[in-house]
Parts: sequence; C-alpha cells; structure tokens
Amino acid sequence: MSLIAFWGAVELGLVYAFVAIGVYLAFRVLDFPDLTVDGSFPLGAAVAAVLIIAGVNPWIAAAVAMVAGAIAGLVTAMLNVRFRILNLLASILTMIALFSVNLRVMGKPNVALINADTMISPFFGHGLRDFYVRPLFVGILVIVAVVVVWRFLESDAGLSMRATGANARMARAQGVDTNRQIYLGIALSNALVALGGALFAQTNGFADVTSGVGTIVVGLAAVIIGETLFGARGILIALIGCVLGSILYRIAIQLALSSDVLGLQASDLNFVTALLVTVALVLPRLRRGGAA
Amino acid sequence: MISVSDIKVVFGKGTPLQKQALNGVSLTIEEGQFVTVIGSNGAGKSTLLGVLAGDVIATEGQVKIGTTDVTRQGTAARAGRVARVFQDPLTGSCGALSIEENLALAARRGERRGLASALGPQRRALFRERIAELNLGLENRMRDRMDLLSGGQRQAVSLVMATLAGSDVLLLDEHTAALDPGMAEFIMTLTQKIVSERKLTTLMVTHSMRQALDYGHRTVMLHGGEIVLDVAGDSRKTLQVEDLIAMFRKMRGQTLDDDALLIG
Repeated sequence: MSLIAFWGAVELGLVYAFVAIGVYLAFRVLDFPDLTVDGSFPLGAAVAAVLIIAGVNPWIAAAVAMVAGAIAGLVTAMLNVRFRILNLLASILTMIALFSVNLRVMGKPNVALINADTMISPFFGHGLRDFYVRPLFVGILVIVAVVVVWRFLESDAGLSMRATGANARMARAQGVDTNRQIYLGIALSNALVALGGALFAQTNGFADVTSGVGTIVVGLAAVIIGETLFGARGILIALIGCVLGSILYRIAIQLALSSDVLGLQASDLNFVTALLVTVALVLPRLRRGGAA
Repeated sequence: MISVSDIKVVFGKGTPLQKQALNGVSLTIEEGQFVTVIGSNGAGKSTLLGVLAGDVIATEGQVKIGTTDVTRQGTAARAGRVARVFQDPLTGSCGALSIEENLALAARRGERRGLASALGPQRRALFRERIAELNLGLENRMRDRMDLLSGGQRQAVSLVMATLAGSDVLLLDEHTAALDPGMAEFIMTLTQKIVSERKLTTLMVTHSMRQALDYGHRTVMLHGGEIVLDVAGDSRKTLQVEDLIAMFRKMRGQTLDDDALLIG
C-alpha cells in the first residue's frame, strides 16, 4: 500500500468516524437500530454539494447539511414514537424516502465539486501536501465532535438519554421524558452522519446518490471494532474506539483490496465489508466460548 | 398529603378480557403517614400503586398529591412528586450505568437537566457520604456498574436514590420480595430509618402480613379492587397476623391456598 493510499484510508476512516459516532449514539446509547443513516449520509453530501456549487459558504453548507440530517432523524423518531412503527422499520421507511429526496436535492444522480471552494481548500498550498492536509483537517473536526458528544453524554441531560436506552421505565420514574430523548438522540445521530456526508463530498469532490449504500454496516463495523479492541470502559474510551475502529476498518479494507494475492477488485468492497463485520461480531463470541 | 377519590380502573374495556382492577377506591394519606397495603394476587395493590405513580391512568376518579390534581399526568410528568422503589432490583436502577451515575440521575428527579457535568466534585462527595451510611462498603465502588451489585445492594442504593431529590410521596412496591430473608430485613430496617428520619409520606405494598403490621402507622387491605380493611392506631396494635389470615379466608370463602401469605 502506497503512502497516498494509506493516508487516503485514514482520511476516509476519519470522515466515517462521524457515522460511527452517530451509529454509537443510536445503537448503543439509545438502543435504537437506526438505518436512516444510509439515507442521511448522502443527504448531507447532497445538501452540502448543491449549496457549495450555488456559492454558499462551505461551513454554512455543512451546517445546513447537519440540520437536514437532524430532520431526517426526527422523521424516523416520529414514525416510531408517535405512530408506534417498529424502530427498525421506521428507519427503513425514512431511508427509502431519502433516496428520492436526495435525487430531488441534487436534480441528478451525481454532482461534481471540482474547483469549488470547500471547507478544506483554504488550507491547501501552505507547504503541507494535500493528502496530509485532508486527514488533518477532518481529524481536528472529529476531535471536536468526540469532545462535544463525550461532555454531553456525561452531563445531566446526556445521562437521561443513556438511561432512556438502558432502562426506559426507570428513566420515566426519574422524570425523564423518554420520547423526547429518542427524538433528540436520533436527530443528533443523523446530524453527525450528515456532517460526515458533507465532509465526504468535500474531500472526494463529488456527491453521489448511491454513496449511502451500506453506510450503516460501515458505521457498525467501526463501533464493533472499537468495542472489540477497547472493551466497555466508559464513554470517552467508547467514542475514541469508534474513531479508531473506523480508521482501522478502512486500512483493513485498503489492505485487502490492494493485496494482489487475494485478487480482489474495488467492486468486491461490499462483500469484504460484510465479511469483516461478521468476523468482528463472531470473534468475541468464539473467544468467550473458548474460555468457558 | 395524598388523596385518591373513587378511583376506578378497567383494563381491556369492551373486550372479552375486561377486568375491573380497582372498583371505587378512596384513600387519604396524611402528611408523614406510613401506610402498608396488603391483599392477595389480583386484589389491586399494584394497580393502586400504578395509579399513584402514573403508570396507570385511572378510568374514573381523581388523584391528588399535595394540592395538585395529577390524575391525568404520566409517570415522567409527576416524577418530581413521587419517589419509588420497585420490586425488581433491575427495574429501579440502570444496570449499564455506574452507581454514581444512577445517583446523579436520581438527584435531579423531576427537575430540568442541563448540560453541566452530571458528576462534579461536590456531588461525588455527597453521593459517597450517602452511600457510606449504608455500611455496605459500596462507597469504594462508586464507579462500578450497577449490574455488578447484588439484588439487595441494588435495593439499598435504590432507597438512597429515592431520597436524593425531594418528593411528596414514597412508593415501595414489594421492594423486599426478591431478596433473601436476611437482606429483606436489612432493607426493611433501612426503609424504617429513612422514612422516620425524613418524615416521608409512604405507601408500601407488601405480600408479608408480618411486615404490614410491624411497620408503619396504618394498614389497608385490598380485595377485588376494593378496600376491605383500613386500620390504624390502637385497633391496629391489637391486630395479629392470624386475624388477617382469618379475614383473608372469609373474603375468599375458601381455604387458604397461597402459602406465601402464611410465611413471614
């Protein structure tokens, strides 16, 4: 694997770290299997790309993308909380609907961002080579997101969200409006995922309506790899695990695809992903079984 | 003060499984009074507790806690007035959170929860002190996950949790039923201490007639969704477990088949 390919993998891992943190919030904190992310990731990419092309400041474009993601999350939460649709199904409905929404937003299946001013472009050409600048820039944003989410989850408000996912009956007895927590948590989760999408569009130079396929699996893979490596040792460690898991996942994929021995090609990506996640899920169980 | 007036609760109304769980129950509990509630399975004890806690919304009647009408309020909305310890130690606390996080959660029961850190040094010190009073050595395990504790330890912590924030009523839902006899006694002694020290208005549902008569100021017996006995003061002092059993027999019009009522 070349240096450029390695840093490319790190960069992609950092972009998807936002997805991993979002998935952690939904799946682990709220215990809400949310597949909306397959739609909200390309939604974030689409909104940011279209706005940037229209001349909007890329930071504002990313902020609007986050709001769009949050709204997508609210829709899923509403289908579940208000209309009592099973959480998994509610999120699939939103995800499917978002495919059409994303096409409407972009007006076509693919929007190119070549030569447009992105959040990162001001940092290019200051001596550091581009393939270092991109992961560095995204990495700083990831650190900010980790710190914000960590401090939130350890606040009084965050504690009530964690209690909602862990023991809703107890949370209600403590005065926590559990429905509101689901709205809030799923919105926050999808806002982060959409930010990941917005950064994906800007680092890769395009937004594509199909780029969301399998986002949930990639996010889950990162969360699970993080948990396998670090175990359950508090919120901060779990969040760092999500980020490192996401990076390691990308490096593993890159290695698998670039090794000539295996004879894999880029189109095998989804299969390799599914395989990796399966291994990550089964391994800890086998180890426990072996010890017992 | 709590007042429940002419409460009726019907489950599954209009279906073949329709069940009248409470049939016109009225009960007034004075400030600081400790009431024990007994009754056989299906008598309506849990429903009455649910009506007070907000888990069950009454079909008819009115529930007042203090001077506020809470009849239509859900559990979360009235949580600031109601402290509660559940029968199942797993229900009353969050297994996935640490002991101190559970306490932090309970310390803001019914209040707005902001973005300030849930566990500042002041709160940590307060929680440690309160947990140390239990003499279970848990003050050195404040960062342990709650699900590492035994059922009895969890109930003890739940009792502390119930008293961290103010409340107008403490509801105890057979909170010693899942414990071994030794631990059950420890929890009851602790309950007695907390209730009398803080002069809490308390409603304790129990399966044990011994407990029902030994603790508190007043005993209420439910049967078929109605109050069939309400004793306090001197008449209660002379009442024996055997008398209660005799009443149960009469109520059912049959021999007693529930051994649990005879034990304890």
